Amino acid sequence: MTAHEDPAAFAPELILLVGAVVALLTGSFVRQERQWSAQLVAAVALAGSLVAGATAGASGQTLYAGSYAIDAATFAARLIVPAAALLVLGLSAGRVRGSARESEFAVLVLLASLGTILLAGSTDLLLLAVAYLLASIPLYALAGWARDPAGAEGALKTYLFGVLLGIVMFLGIAVLFGLAGSTSYADLAQRLPGAPPAALALGAVAVFAGLLFKAGAVPVHFWVPDAVQGATTGAGAFLTTVPKIGALLALYRFVLVLPDDAINWRLLLALLAAASMTLGNLAAFRQDDPARLLAYSTISQVGYLLMVVVVADPVAGSAPLAALILYLAAYAAANLGAFAVIAARPGPSTLTDYRGLARQSPALAGVLVVSLLALVGTPPTGVFTGKLTVFAATWDGGWAWLVVIAAVNTVASLYYYLRWIAPAFARPDPATGPAAGPSVPGSPREALAWPARCVIAAAVTTGCLALLIGIVADGVLDIGSAAIKW
Amino acid sequence: MLSLLIFLPAAVAAVLLLARVPDRVALWAWLVTGLVTVGLSVGMWAAYLHGHGPGQFGFAEQVPWMPGIGSSYHVGVDGLSLPLLALTAVIFTATAVYSLRERQQPRSYAALFLALQTTSLGVFSALDLIVFFVFFDLSIVGMYFVIAGWGHGPARRRSALLFFLYTFTGSLALLLGFIGLYVASDPHTFDIAELAAHPPLTGSGAAGPLVLAAIALGLAIKTPTVPFHSWLPPAHTDAPAAGSAVLAGILLKMGTFGFVRIAMPLLPEQWRTYAWVFVGVGVASVLYGALVALAQDNFKRLIAFTSVNHMGYILLGLGAAGLAGDAHARSVAVTGALVQMVSHGLITAALFLLAGVLLDRGGSYDLTRYGALAGPAPRFAALTTVAAFASLGLPGFSGFIAEFQILAGSLGPATPAAAVAALGIVLTAGLFLWAIHRLFLGTPRTGQVAFADLSARELWAIGPLLALSVLIGVFPQSLLGVVTPAADHLIALVGR
Repeated sequence: MTAHEDPAAFAPELILLVGAVVALLTGSFVRQERQWSAQLVAAVALAGSLVAGATAGASGQTLYAGSYAIDAATFAARLIVPAAALLVLGLSAGRVRGSARESEFAVLVLLASLGTILLAGSTDLLLLAVAYLLASIPLYALAGWARDPAGAEGALKTYLFGVLLGIVMFLGIAVLFGLAGSTSYADLAQRLPGAPPAALALGAVAVFAGLLFKAGAVPVHFWVPDAVQGATTGAGAFLTTVPKIGALLALYRFVLVLPDDAINWRLLLALLAAASMTLGNLAAFRQDDPARLLAYSTISQVGYLLMVVVVADPVAGSAPLAALILYLAAYAAANLGAFAVIAARPGPSTLTDYRGLARQSPALAGVLVVSLLALVGTPPTGVFTGKLTVFAATWDGGWAWLVVIAAVNTVASLYYYLRWIAPAFARPDPATGPAAGPSVPGSPREALAWPARCVIAAAVTTGCLALLIGIVADGVLDIGSAAIKW
Repeated sequence: MLSLLIFLPAAVAAVLLLARVPDRVALWAWLVTGLVTVGLSVGMWAAYLHGHGPGQFGFAEQVPWMPGIGSSYHVGVDGLSLPLLALTAVIFTATAVYSLRERQQPRSYAALFLALQTTSLGVFSALDLIVFFVFFDLSIVGMYFVIAGWGHGPARRRSALLFFLYTFTGSLALLLGFIGLYVASDPHTFDIAELAAHPPLTGSGAAGPLVLAAIALGLAIKTPTVPFHSWLPPAHTDAPAAGSAVLAGILLKMGTFGFVRIAMPLLPEQWRTYAWVFVGVGVASVLYGALVALAQDNFKRLIAFTSVNHMGYILLGLGAAGLAGDAHARSVAVTGALVQMVSHGLITAALFLLAGVLLDRGGSYDLTRYGALAGPAPRFAALTTVAAFASLGLPGFSGFIAEFQILAGSLGPATPAAAVAALGIVLTAGLFLWAIHRLFLGTPRTGQVAFADLSARELWAIGPLLALSVLIGVFPQSLLGVVTPAADHLIALVGR
């Protein structure tokens, strides 16, 4: 713990904050048709934060009286969150460009990204609470950004859930503070083992509740489908990808302060993981709206991610943390890729509207296949290596039954992902012709405006990333080789 | 050199897709690539025979991939894999010849098959469980698109989905087994050679049988054996002829190859304990496949079910190898199983291509709609008859060598099973003769279309496959020279 602070160590977060302020000011002072400059500011800030985060590495130091750690988890968040947010800006360019709230979108993305990174790095319950608010409040606005009835419903539902579970979480923090007399993780880890188990369980479960809300896990997942369906595609992509990164890393860090013998939090999380992957899958079976399908798919994906938290350990070079980071990075790429394909075909759509996509736009069809097969966990994509390491770490931790449930769920999930792939490769319907579906940018005949190009570029980038992460998995695993600090 | 062989087809496929070459060029590039892979695999075979003893891996390459979790890109060949590599090259080349007239998106078609070839070569060369799994799984993806994209019949997408769901389930069971091996090994590794040197689950109680069950389930679905075969007939019926040839000729061998490469040497103790299960499943597949094939009027479904029958023999031989008994006899059974893999690949690929000719001319596989084809199509009749006789295991063909060795080898360790399985030979003989009778003899059916004989292209695709079967049947030493030492080595590993 260091008392004197080094502002440079906090650079990735500061860049995002400054970027948000500059983007907000830019948006306020620049005329409507120049609003893209705010987007540009946001993109530069995200890229800058990414570079700063990459160069900072995982030094293992703690900042601000031990309330914020620059360790493997924070390092991972500093890389994955800005990269994912950049891709979200790219894939939402087609929808956001020219709208009245263009700069707001960029600012909200920046602030939510900042909150998410803080969530991952917090080693103090009070900072965790602040990060929770900072990561959540922009999302409520983002969910309702389009200002249509569906967006309003999704935003309201997210808001009500977020506030309720936030309060529950703060209650948990208060209880834990009461038990340990401190909110710092280092103190909690020392003082919680002697605490009364009932109170400890109440506090821990209440903190779980807030973090599970951010992750979109069962049983606090009800906001996810409505928010994703109601929100614009870009916002939906952000909601289902970025908050999870912070939530799961924060959860991983938080469970390490809990004493293993007093309460059986591992079993609780294992049951929640199994429920999350199973219920998410079952609900996804019947979905015909691709956005809703992806919403339920993310609920099931959280189940796989939670498996690693069940076997969390603080040891340096430990397999669980590395597996979690690899899975998060791979999942982010795959999920954003699928949303990018939706974004490239604006307008309401069902799975059957994707009929003939392979003929109209081979690039988009390729991204769709790579992304969806990646979500299944087919090699050589990143999620496959992620799943492999997650399964291996979970089994190694003694939770073989959870691995079996996850494998069965993976098979089940295959069905609904294939329901989307199959029409894309079917011949276009001869009765209605290819013109029936929404127009596809990227087809050779169409001259494209730059926002549409941006969407295609984002889609192709995410597709490539989803593959690449699988091939360079070892580099990603290396990020998790440092220990968790508090 | 081995990596060159594995990735050459995929590289050509990438060029075909990205460079947007003309369709005819793409098809010829596919054929030339096939011939190059044949040359490379034969060259490696010859070089291996001169430089390596049994149990040694030739052309091994190892590059760290994920050292953190004990997985590396590790490939190599031995007597178990060389025949299958050569078989892969030959069958893909034959399908390339057969597909030279493909009209529906030939460029993507060629690229897809080339990619499939890379996955097949990769599976047979893999010496790391994850590398094996990656190629194994990708072959499923490739075949899904072959069936869904180029298949025929109204149910093709359903068949493709069924195929994918079924075999993907199998591959995940396989992955669970692999993770089990990984977790049990110390230090944790996915390397097949290291795991074979120190079988991780020896004396482990309940974990060993469970891991073997997961691996065996995955491989049994892919093979397929009764009762996990139900994905096979629809997939075959709706796949294009070249796709069926590859599916039956190569992809099914990934399952049986997994038994000899992974299940037997890595879990020897469990294999010995549960060998009777594999013998039983093998015999059941032999009889069930033959009996159901007997009831088929659809020529392609008939061939599909004989595949279940032939795969049953392989499992019988491998199961017998785990039973107590004379080591030499068990080695003969394993040798027979390995020869059967090659033999079945050649013959079934030929049969499926011939079925494709039938569909091409008459628009149907229904045997009841044809008759007396020997008149208008003598070459078609001759090749089909030869292939049928080869498939039922007539002496002089590779199938005879294989089935004779399997039955002779398992007669000692598993006497009743071998006796019952021998019945299957009679059944297949009956069903093939009946099919030939219905197709080629008698009188033409009313409304039968004019039936053109085999073109030179079809002859060049199918003829060499049957010629190779005869070559193995007449000079078995050409194949046994590399297979027998590998089988002996495998028996030694299982006997530990």
